[in-house]
Amino acid sequence: MKEIVCISGKGGTGKTSLTAAFSHLAENKMICDLDVDAPDLHLILKPQIEATEEFYSGNEAIIDPDRCEGCGQCADLCRFGAVFESGEIYEIDPLRCEGCKLCVAMCPAEAIDFPRRHCGQWFRSESRFGPVFHAQLFPGEENSGRLVSLLRQEARQAAEKRGYSLVLADGAPGIGCPVIASLSGADLAVIISEPTVSGRHDLERVADLCAYFGMPAAVVINKADLNEDACMDIESFCRQRGLDLLGRVPHDEQFVAAMIQEKAVTELEDSPLSGRIRRIWAGIEKRAGLNEQKTQETIILKEEE
Amino acid sequence: MIAAIASGKGGTGKTTVAASLAAVWQGPLTAADLDVEAPNLHLFLKAEIAGRREISMMIPKVDESRCNYCGACSDICQFKAISVLGQVMLTLPEMCHGCGACMAVCPEEAISEDSRSLGEITWGKRGDIDCFSGRLRVGEAMSPPLIGHVKDAAQKTASERGADLIYDAPPGVSCPAMKAVTGADIIVLVTEPTPFGLYDLKLAVDSFAAFKRPMGVVVNRAGIGNDKVYDYCRHKGLPLLAEIPFTRSAAEAYSRGLILAEAFEEHRERFAALAEEIRRRCVSAREVTA
Repeated sequence: MKEIVCISGKGGTGKTSLTAAFSHLAENKMICDLDVDAPDLHLILKPQIEATEEFYSGNEAIIDPDRCEGCGQCADLCRFGAVFESGEIYEIDPLRCEGCKLCVAMCPAEAIDFPRRHCGQWFRSESRFGPVFHAQLFPGEENSGRLVSLLRQEARQAAEKRGYSLVLADGAPGIGCPVIASLSGADLAVIISEPTVSGRHDLERVADLCAYFGMPAAVVINKADLNEDACMDIESFCRQRGLDLLGRVPHDEQFVAAMIQEKAVTELEDSPLSGRIRRIWAGIEKRAGLNEQKTQETIILKEEE
Repeated sequence: MIAAIASGKGGTGKTTVAASLAAVWQGPLTAADLDVEAPNLHLFLKAEIAGRREISMMIPKVDESRCNYCGACSDICQFKAISVLGQVMLTLPEMCHGCGACMAVCPEEAISEDSRSLGEITWGKRGDIDCFSGRLRVGEAMSPPLIGHVKDAAQKTASERGADLIYDAPPGVSCPAMKAVTGADIIVLVTEPTPFGLYDLKLAVDSFAAFKRPMGVVVNRAGIGNDKVYDYCRHKGLPLLAEIPFTRSAAEAYSRGLILAEAFEEHRERFAALAEEIRRRCVSAREVTA
């Protein structure tokens, strides 16, 4: 089984729109939205939720005002500036608390409780393109990396159970915790870039990240007609870094039109983009070795016959 | 005054708005790029770099000659960054949050401070504007501590000069974005009039409501998509601070690293009005609190 993750570094380059199109084109796959912070893929896929699971991760420190004796040791110890004075006693700002337990362990009055943190939910769903695993972190919550890891693990297990050959995932922007969690151990990163100074800059960051984790990566240039010089610059960067170039997609209002109709752009009738995106998807399949896998499966089937 | 330019969805135009506001701002200004994972503000402000500093975080170093393998450190560590395997101590520096709990509970005082690089801060000048930028080390997972350092440095300079501050925040609504927006006097949410823009705007409004600060919306790429973002703003009582129409020429200028407010006269006027509106709302919010 192969795991392909679409990432970008810079936000808004078109990851989700293209992942939705790939979800439409791919066969026998589990779809996964690993942007658990601001997930948008469900707005196109309109999945029917079949199971909702609660996501708990870490704990948070809460001072019981009745037990607090106001010594202030917690405030002295906290390295996150989460403890503040409130009259005679102390309080903890949940937005700053990292849940490290130091104050809980050291409080002489044992006045600090440490309940589990309910950070979000994740869902097993069905869509017209196949089964979907997705999640929603609660507003302002932490531990998105852990939720991403959990979601991937669940999606992989379910894919294996169904005998699928692919997990296709939409990743988060940036290069930090959730992106790292979505990459480790995956088979191919598809980097959606754009020919702008920001797109070019962040492509390099995300390519460096893939190299850091020894992850094969291939690049799509979206909104390609915005700046030809920047496209050529990206292409020469890719050649220099040994990144496969999957192709260019033009800036086209059909992406927004499709989004409003809750469709993948490849589902629109007579879309001139469809052919291009199909070719790009074929390139991704080839790059990820999905075709070989398919051929092998066919051979095995034939032998069984 | 501190204005945080935030979004929810990535690529809606936070950096476009932050750079243009900086270009038209009246009075002393400090601009800080807090999107340390994918920092782009410097590509537009093009400040002359005056200095850089590596930022690191405290992590534990175990002196095994003093360790009695009691396991108190691994019991308290909530991040699985330190464990005892028989008579061997294993630390996973990448998992450490730098809380210091292991050191505090070690009965043998066998744990001292080591450090792990988080990335770097750079600073410099664009004309009279002080510019700060953070750059997360590639491979580092934790961006919030570095964001905190960039904010501290920018605030120090701003308060010395009596300057206003503009934060270019990271996308999303989880810890990095929350860390960036903390302490702002006003939160400017940049969105686009599409289903993705609307969904993520709602997430941002729900998340940032915790700060109890005035919020306002800038609709970028106005004219694409539909009207639902406007309906939502009306319904929520969120002020529409500005609309930036989508034009191919603006998108091309952006692709080349131009600041909209400098490249187009109509945008200069638009952003000057936005800057005034932000300032006015901050002042009136302060009067209400006072």
